Amino acid sequence: MNRHPILIIGVGNAYRGDDGVGLRIAQDIKKKSPDYVNVIEQSGEGISLMDSWKDADTVILIDAVHSGAQPGTIHRFDVHTQTIPAKFFHYSTHAFGVAEAIELARALKQLPQNFIVYGIEGKCFEAGIGLSLEVEESAQEVVKRVKQDIHNCSPLK
Amino acid sequence: MKSRRIKVDCLARVEGEGALYVKIKDNTVVDIKFKIFEPPRFFEAFLRGRTYNEAPDITARICGICPIAYQMSSAHAMEDAFGVKVDGQLRALRRLIYCGEWIESHVLHVYMLHAPDFLGYPDAIQMAKDYPDIVQRGLQLKKTGNDLVALLGGREIHPINVRVGGFYKVPTRQELAPVAEKLKWARDAALETVRWTATLHFPDFEQDYEFVALRHPEEYPFNEGRLVSNKGLDISVHDYDNHFIEEHIQHSNALHSVHKGRGSYFVGPLARYNLNFDRLSPLAQETACSVGLSHVCRNPFQSIIIRSVEVLYACDEALRIIEQYEKPDKPALEIQPHAAVGYGCTEAPRGILYHRYRIDDNGVILDAKIVPPTSQNQKTIENDLWQYIPQHIKLPNDQLTLQCEQAIRNYDPCISCATHFLKLKIDRV
Repeated sequence: MNRHPILIIGVGNAYRGDDGVGLRIAQDIKKKSPDYVNVIEQSGEGISLMDSWKDADTVILIDAVHSGAQPGTIHRFDVHTQTIPAKFFHYSTHAFGVAEAIELARALKQLPQNFIVYGIEGKCFEAGIGLSLEVEESAQEVVKRVKQDIHNCSPLK
Repeated sequence: MKSRRIKVDCLARVEGEGALYVKIKDNTVVDIKFKIFEPPRFFEAFLRGRTYNEAPDITARICGICPIAYQMSSAHAMEDAFGVKVDGQLRALRRLIYCGEWIESHVLHVYMLHAPDFLGYPDAIQMAKDYPDIVQRGLQLKKTGNDLVALLGGREIHPINVRVGGFYKVPTRQELAPVAEKLKWARDAALETVRWTATLHFPDFEQDYEFVALRHPEEYPFNEGRLVSNKGLDISVHDYDNHFIEEHIQHSNALHSVHKGRGSYFVGPLARYNLNFDRLSPLAQETACSVGLSHVCRNPFQSIIIRSVEVLYACDEALRIIEQYEKPDKPALEIQPHAAVGYGCTEAPRGILYHRYRIDDNGVILDAKIVPPTSQNQKTIENDLWQYIPQHIKLPNDQLTLQCEQAIRNYDPCISCATHFLKLKIDRV
């Protein structure tokens, strides 16, 4: 049996303002996560992402997005029922990033059983560290929601 | 007078952000401009005042795709300044980590970014639906490169184990063994990749390019050699600034690098291959010939095959290095900094990457110059489009746009390095 059936992936760049929100949330969740949860941080390079989730049953991926919504807006996708709009995650300089990795895994029929994506609308993606106020608030909310998701997917239930 | 206007907001499948603008009047191209939006990243400026040993880790942050190239060029430049020569197994390990970077960078471009153009798909995701096994092979092949970089570099993204004088930590033979097993599979997969890319359809397109690459007395070039070209250039890396100059172009935030006497030049896989075919391993040479390549290839569209040949070479070379590896006594040579100027030029996946540093007696950087491959190719890309667009000018705008994108992707432009890239607009007035 998989020792870590639930995988939490925080994606981002801590030196690009709000782009670091996924990493920050992952760090928060890691502090008090149950044994069956593995928390990792990634830069968003698509092929490494696909490799990181290949053995997981449940994946919750968190990243900053740039879709034009109000800063701090929380988007939640169930990957099995929704397509990930590629433009959401295109702030990354990676030509092959989060959305491409998810859609490619779908095309190759390699998606994990459960796959949830949280996107937090960023405000500032300039070079520098720290989150803007709106994003900071949403980060705390997402931490709560991910913990609830973890609870709902717990193999101990 | 007939007017047409094409506008594409974002050119996908290149690394970074920027734009290409094409203006067409009465079926004649009247203007082509690369526009690079992101402000220059000022790395050269903020290296001033930092110590010499910080340069590999600071400059590695310029690019998430080719950090090893930045670490190698900066480390070599510092060693050049202080009169240190890294050789033996430490030198071999540097070639080995570079093999890893070439594999991951080239495979990403060949399979995920460039192949969809040739097969008529908007992206690799659509291509994967019809060619799942091929895409799967690409993913696993790239992973082998990632594994090699992670093993020697400490981690896949932004590796941190390279230092001036060598490494922080060197692997044992046992630690290299598992990756050697993967490389054996990868070498076969790379061979298949060469055969597969050679079956794609290539437009008939050649120009009288000046190819510039490193050339080493014995090896296919990674870290060392003289800078040579097919038009008679043969200089030490120390003389780079006497022969090449960076020009500021109003429409671009990146600098265009040109040869002082002859203008644009061409760096990257095609240049390396054309100037160093005889230095490839026998397997890479035989495979190239078996798919119909000659010793010189001037068609930039065929760069996808050349990249695949270089992946095959990198797998072959990595296996050779691992087979002959003995763990060195010390992971790095000692460095005694003193006031000096140092020069380094190595072969990043996309072509030569030049670094120059002036250091004071305390080892502090007084000034730095970094010329990435994409800024050297930028003018050649524009020149290609000046030739290529007229051949396809009668195509409807959407198809012409696709043709332009494909021609640009021949160079695997990394705009993260040359600042950032790419939106595309064609104006017909």
